[in-house]
Amino acid sequence: MSRMLPRARPRSWRVPVFIAVACGLLAGSCADRASSVTLAGSTAFQPFAEKLADAYDAAHPEIDVTVQGGGSAVGISAAINGAAQIGMADLVELPPDAKIPTAFVVARDGIAVIVNPANGIADLTMARIRDIYAGAIRNWKDLGGPDRLITVVSRESGSGTRSSFETILGRFDLADSAIIQDSNGTVRATVADDAGAIGYLSYGLVSDAIKAVKVDGLPCTTELILAGKYRLVRPIYFLCMGEPSPAAKGFIDYVLGPAGQASIEADGLLPATTSRGAR
Amino acid sequence: MKAASDRIAERILLAVACTAILCLLVIAAFIFKEGIPFLLKVGPRDFLFSSDWRPDAGSYGIFPMIASSLWVTFGALAIGAPLGISGAIFLAEFSPPAVVQVVKPAIELLAGIPSVVFGFIGVMVLAPFIRRVAGGPGLSVLAAAIVLGVMILPTVMSISIDALRAVPQSFREGAFALGATRWQAVRMVVLKAARSGLLAGTILGMGRAIGETMAVIMVAGNSVKMPASPLDSARTLTANIALEMGYATGLHRQALFATGIVLFVVIMILNASAMAALKRKGAARR
Repeated sequence: MSRMLPRARPRSWRVPVFIAVACGLLAGSCADRASSVTLAGSTAFQPFAEKLADAYDAAHPEIDVTVQGGGSAVGISAAINGAAQIGMADLVELPPDAKIPTAFVVARDGIAVIVNPANGIADLTMARIRDIYAGAIRNWKDLGGPDRLITVVSRESGSGTRSSFETILGRFDLADSAIIQDSNGTVRATVADDAGAIGYLSYGLVSDAIKAVKVDGLPCTTELILAGKYRLVRPIYFLCMGEPSPAAKGFIDYVLGPAGQASIEADGLLPATTSRGAR
Repeated sequence: MKAASDRIAERILLAVACTAILCLLVIAAFIFKEGIPFLLKVGPRDFLFSSDWRPDAGSYGIFPMIASSLWVTFGALAIGAPLGISGAIFLAEFSPPAVVQVVKPAIELLAGIPSVVFGFIGVMVLAPFIRRVAGGPGLSVLAAAIVLGVMILPTVMSISIDALRAVPQSFREGAFALGATRWQAVRMVVLKAARSGLLAGTILGMGRAIGETMAVIMVAGNSVKMPASPLDSARTLTANIALEMGYATGLHRQALFATGIVLFVVIMILNASAMAALKRKGAARR
């Protein structure tokens, strides 16, 4: 004990300083709460929302837009229980039991089916994809590829991408050997790394590290999605409980406006306005 | 005067100590309050021994996750405990003090590395390596066990070093006087005397391994089935809670709290049996 005393003394100023700094930070972050907007939900839209939020923050320094992930189910529950002013969800259809009065379609997004670049297979039918995910086809050689086990990569059950993917393919039970990753990014990393893997993710997040296959002979491209031919597509919703607050409304208007939509389009998503025409 | 200030200090410390226990009780009460109704509704048998986990279809069987948690934890112990204890023996008994002064802080630093970093290294380096060398998806029980084995090293090692150092020098001198070599003295005398401390370090390491979540989610693959081999992907109890708690509602949410109860009980059983083993050995020695 006595040996520790001389060491403890010079440190003693650190604790009050730390507390003072922590209090200062806390006070600073709470200061203008009224003009902050929080978004939460869909990890597919999260990177785009972050970019939009940065652009909006730059133009409106008085409003602080915060973007959180969590998945579409989090987006829905956050909008309902008020944890976020705007919930983000990418779903083919909103769950009927979720009572959300205000829903804006802010973009539309294709779901690309991806394999490792080393995989020779470039075209799969919807039925084959379904068989792979249901566990009926387990080896690439059954699809004309090399003798290699298929590593099926899916998402957690609260994911909007997963629920859209399963809804469009037709309901099935996911093979229980499927690897579950909890974001688009980790799905991409897993598929990029495993020569036998297959996964699916937001079209806007396709990169050179993985290869998007044609579905029913059609590549996942902006033109084919816009033409309504590529079928793995779902809308991205902003959800609010009741009327959005002025700050939240401002951000939604920005996203739906020409600048926001142009930014969404430039990053590989489809603008919301086309969805009104298509649906 | 002094007695009064002593009493006040004592009271304050008592209150602080009680807060820690109170936290534990409140957490336990909360988990049980949320999870028990589910256990009563679904029944412990279907919950604990069914292998079918599909919350959207109303089936809640966590048997594969209990098994996965045990696989991963004992795998981590099989890797971390021998490395940690033998490292501790070297540092406490054989190495020159200069080496200890560098290595021990370095190992303690290892304890400060966040678990996502371990997980990230596991995903980027270890999983591809396992896939290349041994096959399977790479994200597997084995990958999780290795990552956790490294993560528990600092715990096991630093407590083992303390245990070995606590053995009185006279024990070693006695052994040397009887003609023992350094290794013989360590093996026959010091290790036996430090046994309870070494076991305590291993138990704490086990607690960290079974409770670890982030790194395991990243490297274990999280598929909801019984792992048939160490190369299969698996989902632990902690991973199940963390993956689904964000969006679970109603019965599904209660099922996750019930998963928490199971985790709680598994940890209690492991700790209690380790304590019992410790006591029995202690009694046999006397």
